[in-house]
Amino acid sequence: MFAYIIKRLIYAIPIALSVTVVSFVLVYLAPGDPLNAIAPADAPEEVIVALKSAYGLDKPVPVQYGLWLLRAVQGDLGTSIASGRAVTAEVLSAVSNTLLLAGMAALGGVLIGCILGALAGYRHGTWIDRVATVISVIGVSIPHYWLGLVLTIVFSIWLPWFPAMGAGPGGSSEWLWDVEHLRHLVLPALTLSVIPMGIITRTVRALVADMLEQEFVTALRARGLSGVAVFRHIAKNTAPTVLAVAGLQIGYLMGGSILVETVFAWPGTGFLLNTAIFQRDIPLLQGTILVLCMFFVVLNLLVDILQPLIDPRMGRG
Amino acid sequence: MSASLELSLPAASVAAPAPQPSRSYWLVVWRQLRRDPMALAAGGVLLLIVGAAVFAPWLAPADPYKASMIKRLLPIGSPGFLLGTDELGRDMLSRLMHGGRLSLLMGVVPVLAAFGIGTTIGLLAGYIGGKVNMVIMRVLDVFYAFPSVLLAVAISGALGPGMSNSLLALTLVFVPQVVRVAESVTTQVRQLDYIEAARMSGASAFSIIRVHVLGNVLGPVFVYATGLLSVSMILASGLSFLGLGVKPPEPEWGLMLNTLRSAIYVNPWIAALPGALIFVTSIAFNLLADSVRSAMDIRR
Repeated sequence: MFAYIIKRLIYAIPIALSVTVVSFVLVYLAPGDPLNAIAPADAPEEVIVALKSAYGLDKPVPVQYGLWLLRAVQGDLGTSIASGRAVTAEVLSAVSNTLLLAGMAALGGVLIGCILGALAGYRHGTWIDRVATVISVIGVSIPHYWLGLVLTIVFSIWLPWFPAMGAGPGGSSEWLWDVEHLRHLVLPALTLSVIPMGIITRTVRALVADMLEQEFVTALRARGLSGVAVFRHIAKNTAPTVLAVAGLQIGYLMGGSILVETVFAWPGTGFLLNTAIFQRDIPLLQGTILVLCMFFVVLNLLVDILQPLIDPRMGRG
Repeated sequence: MSASLELSLPAASVAAPAPQPSRSYWLVVWRQLRRDPMALAAGGVLLLIVGAAVFAPWLAPADPYKASMIKRLLPIGSPGFLLGTDELGRDMLSRLMHGGRLSLLMGVVPVLAAFGIGTTIGLLAGYIGGKVNMVIMRVLDVFYAFPSVLLAVAISGALGPGMSNSLLALTLVFVPQVVRVAESVTTQVRQLDYIEAARMSGASAFSIIRVHVLGNVLGPVFVYATGLLSVSMILASGLSFLGLGVKPPEPEWGLMLNTLRSAIYVNPWIAALPGALIFVTSIAFNLLADSVRSAMDIRR
């Protein structure tokens, strides 16, 4: 088990390193000069040169990458060109907002998905199964940015139950655990939860239906185990796969929240990415992408490590 | 998003590769689909949407670019404007029909491109095997470290807004996924006796791939690619919604959804229309993909 964890950790290092390379190089695909964002078009030559050396843009790209990585490891992602503030601080406050949103959405989506999927799997071929299937197809097919708009229309305009924008009263981006802030969370989290809900429903349904046909279930029933006891066996056997799928989904939600955050003006990483892209703020863009991807890498690693803890057969394999 | 978890399905269905699918195999699949009511319904809806988009220049009742300041946000059913008007007074029905052209194009083209490029790379990696395979697959692993929406936004954001850049970004998102499917099938097929026999009899690598391997690989990759269509539609329109794809005043569903966002307080129905079309198209693609998958399932 210990050896397995070490192996996974070592395997994650090259992936993490490549992610830093891609995050850094990505912005060099861009046409145009990043300095255009800060220097006026008619700036004299000396000013350009001074700015270039101030942002380290006068060095060759590999050297720039090395310096950037060295500072990034120490938690310094540079200075935002547009706002002049430290990228690390901006990204961290946005990431915590996005994590909150994605976490809540994943929690709700996985919970409902498991219940729906188990019901459908148990009642294979009945109307419950069909309803669950329809819901899961809708969940994976719906453009969630549109769903957000529709939910705003219904629950914010027609029925003024929830606010349509922001993370708190007065457009504050600081999160607090109070009723007012939670009311702001409802619609975006609901919107985002539809994707994992559809996928988890589909997965659990297939797993449970498959499991019920296995011989060991028949054997358990033949031995006179109650329905609840049989279900515990099934839950234990489906848990590793569900965990793997759910783990990936949380990661996808971190990325997928970009669109939903735009719809609800949620002050998270999506908002930051938008700013960075349209203001050509390269340090901010690199930093946001890097932090989000590192979360994804760590999440994958956690799933890989947790899976054999639940299902010991995997660790040995 | 949903597609990545189906990765195991096509691979599993070829665990015991059937003899080379011949022309009659595709005929059987086609017949199967024609008897599937879900496939027929989804296909019908798609045909309607694609038809309306393709023939929009002849069918649309009005000029999709013609704005009018006094006719802004007319409700659905207004005389002369069947589906009302948008925030600049342009005819919604005409814009929705014309919008389908770009939305469908941006959804389908990346999948087609990824299908072609991904199958080629996957075949080569799987057939050559060894170190070459390992290098290719490890490089592609890096792309898997990015959530697909983030990757699409990051690439098209870095390249700058525009239609061709978002097409490129989406293709780059899908290629690694297709390569994985093609590679895993090729690696399994390559070890079979009849490939060895073909090699012994002096067939060149190219003709072995073309005659003996491709037939086995095409099926699972095709199933996987049809599953990508709905994801691609949603992502492509999503990029335009963010302002990274098609630029105004071009009609495109995602972009229309964005420009109509402030209209939800005035005329919510109109604002929701373009998204409803993305939704219907994407559901139809998904249902069709499910039907294709079960029709092509060799085990049945």
